[in-house]
Amino acid sequence: MYLKGIFIIVGFLALGCAVSFAIGNFVPGSVCGMVLLFAALAANIVKADDVRPVADFLTKNMSLFFVPASIGIMEQWGLISGCFFGWIGVILISTLLVLLTTGGVQSGLMKIQNRRRHGK
Amino acid sequence: MANEFFLNVPVMLALTIGAYLLGTYIKDKSGMSLLHPFLICIPTIVAVLYFTGVPCSFYMEANRIIEFMLGPSVVALGLLLYDHVETIKKNAVPIFVSVFSGSVTGVGSVWLLCRFFGLDEIFVRSLEPKSVTTPIAMDLAASLGGNVSLTAVSVVLCGFIGAVFGPLFLRLFRIGNPVSRGLALGCSAHGLGTSRAIETGAVEGAVSGLAIALMGLMTALVIPLFNMLFPV
Repeated sequence: MYLKGIFIIVGFLALGCAVSFAIGNFVPGSVCGMVLLFAALAANIVKADDVRPVADFLTKNMSLFFVPASIGIMEQWGLISGCFFGWIGVILISTLLVLLTTGGVQSGLMKIQNRRRHGK
Repeated sequence: MANEFFLNVPVMLALTIGAYLLGTYIKDKSGMSLLHPFLICIPTIVAVLYFTGVPCSFYMEANRIIEFMLGPSVVALGLLLYDHVETIKKNAVPIFVSVFSGSVTGVGSVWLLCRFFGLDEIFVRSLEPKSVTTPIAMDLAASLGGNVSLTAVSVVLCGFIGAVFGPLFLRLFRIGNPVSRGLALGCSAHGLGTSRAIETGAVEGAVSGLAIALMGLMTALVIPLFNMLFPV
């Protein structure tokens, strides 16, 4: 049961990497694989229940998979330590800007959409 | 000198998974949603490596298998996208426009702020994908020529800021409807934002999960275009 799910996910990752290569690595292979899997699910080529157990395992434990890379920061400390506060500042301000832009634009557009619907 | 026992691949793999489980265990026990497993996990691993004298490079090499799982986990987000296809359809245009503006804001603000704070080019390349879920962010950073480790840590920090201050700022700016709140948290703070959104409500959680996938996709498209227009 798991084997099928693993095959589908790894298969779509491979397919995604091929597409990514074909379009000149413009978009990472994993993202291409995500879109292809979504398309295959929507087109009923792949059954959601076949991938669900494996996909759930992967998405629920996502943060585990980036532990090794985060440890790599030990080797990068020299790079950050020189401008620690600048680094924090960029991330802090940029994150809050993204939050407010996305939320603001979305709620503004929804208000317009609602007004139009009620107007009719 | 590193102890022979520790210079061994299974021991290093067990260290990663064990430290992560310890982090999730302490988080669940304490009931504090902001106590991300990383806060326990990363210092534990750093301490073990430090005291056993195992070189960081050996640890990274031994944990290749775990790192490889990043790719499949991004592909798995396709299912999440499929699960929320009805919510996307209903609000398709507003969602796409706002995720796009969020993505451009994220990339553009990093570009501007790095200049303002006098940070190097490598920071621009590594921080541009910071609002995106880690596996996608790391793939993007790698293809941009950024520092993947710097990206990974920045993504976690970004998630923290969004999850901790996000709800407060949304209230301050009177952004109250569930779809907007979920979208804002997912776009700015990926998985950490989503875990916070789920606490506020089911709609927030679902939309936030969708936002992770959309933001990843949109940013993957926005960054190369942005860099074409505004070279580092």
